[in-house]
Amino acid sequence: MTAVFRDAWLIAGKDLRIELRSRVGLNQIVPFAVTVLVLFAFALDTDQDALRTYAPGLFWLTVLLASLLAIGRSFAVDLADGAADRLLLSGIDPIAVFGGKAAAIAIQLVVLEVLLGAGVVLLFDVTVHRYGLLVCAGLAAAAGVATAGTLYGALVAGLGVRETLLPVLLLPVVAPVLIGATRAFQDAFGVAGAEGWAWLGLLAGFAAIYGVFGALSYGALLEEA
Amino acid sequence: MGEHPCSLNGVVESAVRLRAAVTLLGRFPALAGVDLDISPGEIVLLKGPNGAGKTTLLRLCAGLCSLASGQGWVLGHDLGEERRMVRRRVALLGHRTGLYDDLTVAENVDFWAQAAGASRQDVEEAMERLSLTGRLADTRVGRLSAGQRRRASIASLVVRRPELWLLDEPHAGLDQQTRDTVDSLVRGAAAAGATVVLATHELERIAVLEPRVVSVVGGVVRSGDEPVDPQSPNTPSDAEDDRRVS
Repeated sequence: MTAVFRDAWLIAGKDLRIELRSRVGLNQIVPFAVTVLVLFAFALDTDQDALRTYAPGLFWLTVLLASLLAIGRSFAVDLADGAADRLLLSGIDPIAVFGGKAAAIAIQLVVLEVLLGAGVVLLFDVTVHRYGLLVCAGLAAAAGVATAGTLYGALVAGLGVRETLLPVLLLPVVAPVLIGATRAFQDAFGVAGAEGWAWLGLLAGFAAIYGVFGALSYGALLEEA
Repeated sequence: MGEHPCSLNGVVESAVRLRAAVTLLGRFPALAGVDLDISPGEIVLLKGPNGAGKTTLLRLCAGLCSLASGQGWVLGHDLGEERRMVRRRVALLGHRTGLYDDLTVAENVDFWAQAAGASRQDVEEAMERLSLTGRLADTRVGRLSAGQRRRASIASLVVRRPELWLLDEPHAGLDQQTRDTVDSLVRGAAAAGATVVLATHELERIAVLEPRVVSVVGGVVRSGDEPVDPQSPNTPSDAEDDRRVS
């Protein structure tokens, strides 16, 4: 088990180092997310009440759209020059590969959430009432999107149409995350009377289910990729 | 309980043993019933026209392709059920380097070394052996020439200390210095007791290693014991393989 955690950390460290070096996240994914958020603000005009009410949903929709880029990129770097085959030949346990890639994506999403969260507060004039709920929901939702995204990313990795197929497959699957995280954030922002902690349970359950399912099935998916 | 198909009195007799091995690429039989035996420590040259199935044969031996039918064992492990065990013990140098462009040479080699459980000393030895020291070690792979990338790729394989080397056109597109490095690798691997299977058109270079020549034509092994003839073209039967595909 120690070896699995060590190898997962090795994979996560490698993926994060590549993202830091390439600056794709900073130069492309973050600007894309901020642009989407600003466009939502334009679409809702200058009605501050409407912006405040819909801020949680718009925030999470933006995170989900940006996560597609991060997930696609995570697999593209492995496929670019045959590293995916080399990973198979390395003998690293597929569970560790899954855990490492999911962890790297989750960390990127958390960073994105922090940046976008600041944007929401500034653009939409939102006030945070429950910081604990906000942080827990943000972490659980990032874990859920990352685990499901890693699973579906591997599923389409070997296909020539992976860039277009990934959103079609993944977005319906992560709809519960969108709903749960939006409700939890509505509670945290104090814009609706949602049971935020109950919705946090849904997010944690989603992440746990996809974490276990992904870890168990990842080996078979890598064989087919 | 019977004797293992690759061993006699507990000693592994075959590094590679294939029996009527069929591998499909989609619906196309890239290997159409291969019978092949390679002894431990042997150097084997796979010879044949483009599209004959040499690359697929190497990938099958690496555990990267599955058997559609037939049987196979590599280093004593069943290719049907123990491919993960096979993969840990082989190194495949293919057309692609298996490196990450945004990591430096040292980071790439170190990553693959850690993945294989190799030590820091193994990394330093491999880097030195492949002349990847100094500024080159700290250069991102994406900024290297094709030859330097290949050397970095070889270094990341050397650290694994594989028992079976599978080399697919290892000289392709390389400068003289890197070609010499590849030859040195083959010699070093053979001297260390590893088995080497390679597919190359550089017959003159390989002839000095006195490999056993195996002809692969139309997805099957045609012959087992030919001398290396550097004057003989490696692609005499492209037309035959074109007919097979069509």
